[in-house]
Amino acid sequence: MNKYLLYPGCSMESSAKAYMESLNAIVEPLDLHFEEIEDWNCCGATEYLGINLIPAYSLIARNLALASKQKNPVNGTGGTRTVVAPCSACYLNLAKADHYMQERPALGLKVNEALAAGDLQYKAGTLDVRHLIDILVYDVGLEKIRDAVVRPLTGLKVVPYMGCMLPRPDYQHRWSDHEHPTELDDLLRALGADVIDYPLTTQCCGGHMTQIGPETAFELIRRLVADADERGAQMMVTVCPMCQMNVDAYQNEMNNHFGTDYHMPILFFTQLMGLAFGREPKELGIGAEMVNSRNALANIGVEVPVTQEPAAPRKKDEGLPMPRRWTKHEDRKEAVK
Amino acid sequence: MDDRGHAEQRLVWFGCGTEAMMPQMTDERVRAGLSHEEDLSLLHEVSMKTAGVSRLEMCIQCGTCGGSCPVAKDMDHTPRMLFAMLRAGMREEVLRSNTQWICVSCYHCVVRCPQEVHIADVMYTLKGMAIKAKLYANSTAPDFSQTFVDMVESYGRSFEMGLASRHYLKHFPLRLPGMMPMGLGMITKGRMALTPKRIKHMDQLTKILNRAKQLEMTS
Repeated sequence: MNKYLLYPGCSMESSAKAYMESLNAIVEPLDLHFEEIEDWNCCGATEYLGINLIPAYSLIARNLALASKQKNPVNGTGGTRTVVAPCSACYLNLAKADHYMQERPALGLKVNEALAAGDLQYKAGTLDVRHLIDILVYDVGLEKIRDAVVRPLTGLKVVPYMGCMLPRPDYQHRWSDHEHPTELDDLLRALGADVIDYPLTTQCCGGHMTQIGPETAFELIRRLVADADERGAQMMVTVCPMCQMNVDAYQNEMNNHFGTDYHMPILFFTQLMGLAFGREPKELGIGAEMVNSRNALANIGVEVPVTQEPAAPRKKDEGLPMPRRWTKHEDRKEAVK
Repeated sequence: MDDRGHAEQRLVWFGCGTEAMMPQMTDERVRAGLSHEEDLSLLHEVSMKTAGVSRLEMCIQCGTCGGSCPVAKDMDHTPRMLFAMLRAGMREEVLRSNTQWICVSCYHCVVRCPQEVHIADVMYTLKGMAIKAKLYANSTAPDFSQTFVDMVESYGRSFEMGLASRHYLKHFPLRLPGMMPMGLGMITKGRMALTPKRIKHMDQLTKILNRAKQLEMTS
């Protein structure tokens, strides 16, 4: 049995609940054991780092310190030094903190001094921080995943969307490539899906720009969805809660902004794994996506029960003033039409 | 700090065609007689304040960063130009730029930079410096980051619902009606917790963060 320490991250409890549910559904068929890091805290996403450096790294390092306390063998089950993060931003922050504490001992000393105020310590380099898909492809292996498939996803045309933070900056040299990693493609192929080559696989979804400069974010989301659509994809598949949130929940806003009419569902790769392993859609959180995947999944004979859809979106709010900045590219709307 | 050896390496930069590319020198610098020589103190300050080894001094002004950036068109200055401005000691112009706030942390520039400059981390440093100097672009980004940090400092976890609603209410109130279907959809689909979740040992985290803030001040 492969045992790992799990760092779920905040979004797994709310906006990316479906990711957590589907994660729970694949651990048993693959004989994995995840032990949640007790009392973990937020990693600070991309926000804290810009405000205060030492507190930001101390915030992240508290999780590493808790994990290293927990890694020792308990009740003869065998210990582990591997921390698994299913969220790309969490993964990057944890891996980066570990790396920088080694690269700049002065930073490591200060962080440990701060941790000491809470009776914690972390010796950089003692843990391996890895992303969920890294574990699945390189520890579990595609062979074992293929063996667990009982309902191949044959005929489902998908584009693999890795997102930016996972394969970059790659301090640990874990990925096949910085700009076009193939791990997600390989995994989806092992499930039997019809994987379409997607050159934008590591392009940014806009991250927090949906909150602070929506026009900037809408353009990034448009590029991703338009390209997937042009290539004939029925669905985008992601490994990151932020990517899912932006492309899924803001797709409607993006359509309103550009006057387009895309309908591109985006699911987590674990949800497709669950389907391929014969689980039911509702066990996998399918139906929680804002752009529903019902039509796409009908192609492989999966019936998604109809859930209550939110009220129809408002028409394009033409007359309303735009926020203070980011209005200079308004003419883009016209260009796209 | 002696753990960043190559921070000491200085590249003498000959910058061909700089007159055309470089932004105007500030009056203060001209008055101070600095217009014809390099003053690398600001560049070093930024480099030293950056987490990890920034290698900012190694920038050769090739422009790969701006060329790779998915949001460069919305930036006041591309990263390349911003680094040239740092080298010219244009503190205020750099800190007022919207560039660091538009950066989406996708690390495209970082993996493509032939000199391995940690551009994304330099952007974080510039954000921090701009906030401390109270010099930033007319952007809601610093406020968003601060709201996020406030949530984390009170609960130990992020609280998406509180964050998004507070931010939209404050900065885009007119957008709120348009966002309602999405917000309601997220709530009905169980994707938005209505109350924040607090970690068990919040006191421990607070002690750590307070100590970390003291250490930040003395650095």
